[in-house]
Amino acid sequence: MQLTNRSKIVSDKHQTAMEKLYLPAVLKGMSITISHLFKRTPTTKYPEQKRPMSGVYRGQHVLKRDENGAERCTACGLCAVACPAEAITMESAERKKGEEHLYREEKYAKTYEINMLRCIFCGLCEEACPKEAIFLTDRIVDAEYERDDFVYGKDKLVEKMDKRIDVTKRQTLAVAQFKQIAGTKHNTLWNGKQIKGKH
Amino acid sequence: MLGYTITQWLFGILSFLSIMFGLMVVFSRNPVSSVLYLILTFFCIAGHYLLMNAQFLAVVHIVVYAGAIMVLFLFVIMLMNLNEDQEPQRTWLTKIIAAVAGGLMLFVMVGSLKGSEQLQLQSYGASQVGLVKNLGKVLFHDFLFPFEIASVLLLAAMVGAIMIGKRDIK
Amino acid sequence: MLSFILYKLLVCIIIFAISLGVAAYSTLWERKFAAFLQDRVGPDRAGPKGILQPLADGGKMFFKEEIIPNVSNRFLFILGPSLFMLTALMTGTVIPWGKDFTTAAGNTYSFQITDINIGVLYLLGVVSIGVYGIMIGGWASNNKYALLGAIRASSQMISYEIAMGISIIALIVTSGGTLSLREIVESQDEGVANIVWQPLGFLIFFVCALAETNRAPFDLPECEAELVGGYHTEYSSMKLGLFLFAEYINMFISSAIMSAFYFGGYNFPFAKELYHAIGLQEGSIWISLIGFGAFFTKIIIFINVFMWVRWTLPRFRYDQLMNLGWKVLLPLSLLNLGITIVVEYFRGNIHF
Repeated sequence: MQLTNRSKIVSDKHQTAMEKLYLPAVLKGMSITISHLFKRTPTTKYPEQKRPMSGVYRGQHVLKRDENGAERCTACGLCAVACPAEAITMESAERKKGEEHLYREEKYAKTYEINMLRCIFCGLCEEACPKEAIFLTDRIVDAEYERDDFVYGKDKLVEKMDKRIDVTKRQTLAVAQFKQIAGTKHNTLWNGKQIKGKH
Repeated sequence: MLGYTITQWLFGILSFLSIMFGLMVVFSRNPVSSVLYLILTFFCIAGHYLLMNAQFLAVVHIVVYAGAIMVLFLFVIMLMNLNEDQEPQRTWLTKIIAAVAGGLMLFVMVGSLKGSEQLQLQSYGASQVGLVKNLGKVLFHDFLFPFEIASVLLLAAMVGAIMIGKRDIK
Repeated sequence: MLSFILYKLLVCIIIFAISLGVAAYSTLWERKFAAFLQDRVGPDRAGPKGILQPLADGGKMFFKEEIIPNVSNRFLFILGPSLFMLTALMTGTVIPWGKDFTTAAGNTYSFQITDINIGVLYLLGVVSIGVYGIMIGGWASNNKYALLGAIRASSQMISYEIAMGISIIALIVTSGGTLSLREIVESQDEGVANIVWQPLGFLIFFVCALAETNRAPFDLPECEAELVGGYHTEYSSMKLGLFLFAEYINMFISSAIMSAFYFGGYNFPFAKELYHAIGLQEGSIWISLIGFGAFFTKIIIFINVFMWVRWTLPRFRYDQLMNLGWKVLLPLSLLNLGITIVVEYFRGNIHF
């Protein structure tokens, strides 16, 4: 019974005497496998060899300090809004007298948490930040035993004074210029140089 | 050692073991262990063949009986999954029949052994006949006809088994 | 007499150690070889190039939890793998590993545990008992899959033993009607190896050897796609290790048998000329050792072929396996026997 014209007739031709012998096919298969013995393996032996990483690889985040060591983040919350995975939460606080060397602006992030299990490392927080405070770096997020340990607080995110993290590679001129147009007048690069924009 | 040679010691031990394993075949409740004891009995009998310098017979005994036939036995019994508690109840009739059959078997064996003293055994190189070369020569020169008849008998049995196994005979 | 017993004991221990060592390193090489055929690297973390991997595997096996099923027959459960291992090691006793050598004192020693004049039959016997280890182990596990695996193994081994036996008979006809392995090897001393006269017989023997050692493409007894783990489903720890290990020993021994039967064992082309050129006397231990080296090279080549086949061919279906065994290999081996007898009659090796 034929219902449609789309049905295909599958060939059921009988095997020829040569095919029934099987041996030629077996030998052909074996010659294919043995030829792979002499091919180069594409494996990278990871801890010893590392594949080249892009300069703008998006790994673990860092909260930058400025040239005086004050935290740049003002807890504006734009990164949290931009985050498609809703991985970022923060609480803001007002800067007290005598804390000027700790926080750059009058408002700062009291807590700042990124859930690394939710984070998809898209880099939208980096793009959203008007203060050049959050950056993704080429560091890999460590494996942990507990889910709680993947919620990174300020202790892990804020860069240490003695171990500054270089992010100049991802601070391209185009981005900085774009941010200067869109953002405040105070924008500077990390080495303190003013950007020479057209405007 | 106690006035016996090593061969006699071995004969005694092997005989004891084969009789013991033979009894275990009958007395063990689990069919699978029965079969395993039967295999051990065959090994003891192969040892007897070796003592009689019949190496070929010993090895063939192991290859054919222990290696093939008993594997099939074991095979069937394992698939049937017989357990101790599923042992079929035996009626008085079967018990009587079994006793009569066993008694007749005993009668035949005793009778044949009794007559064996008068039997004149033809000697083929005495103790060397069990070796493969001599055995082959004897089988294919002197006993070629009985040998071939036996093979025809086996062929007939094989054909019969295939005919029974076939579902519909045209 | 004492020195003779000590020497035999030494040979036993050496062959035992070699069997186990080769089996251990076969497991590593199997994984390496598979990796190379699949453009991978394979295990390379334990020691340089991964050569300590077998030790690590063994250690892991020893420290794994030992599980004996509650409702199984405990004695038979333990007997299964032991028997399998025992029969695997027993086959090594009749293989001639090298030429005899004579010491300065005039004593002749041989590189073989024992040369019995029914060596070939002994091999067949031991191989046919080998199936009991699998059967008993599979049944004692009290597991459906284990039982099915055991039954597959036994029916497969019985089926392929027949074709194997008949191809061996053809080989015996070629090598002058002897059942002693040493004499079979010696018969290839002068002329050519048996493979020249027995190409079809070798092919049948090789396929049967694959089936007898339960290796791919005939590894249906442990077919994990259908039977979980086959006959060793319920086994863990070192008992599982014994099963897996015995398979590699079987592979080693069958490689040895194949090279002894068909490729001249410890003989190699132009051996006499070589010995003459470097000035070795007949009966020197160096000749034995060089012969052993040649034999071992052949064995290693065969082990590689086993692995090569395993990582190329897909597994057979069970009815295909039985069809191949009974409808192809058995008639082929009978044909081979017939051809062999005719050929040997015209070569003048058979007299009626």
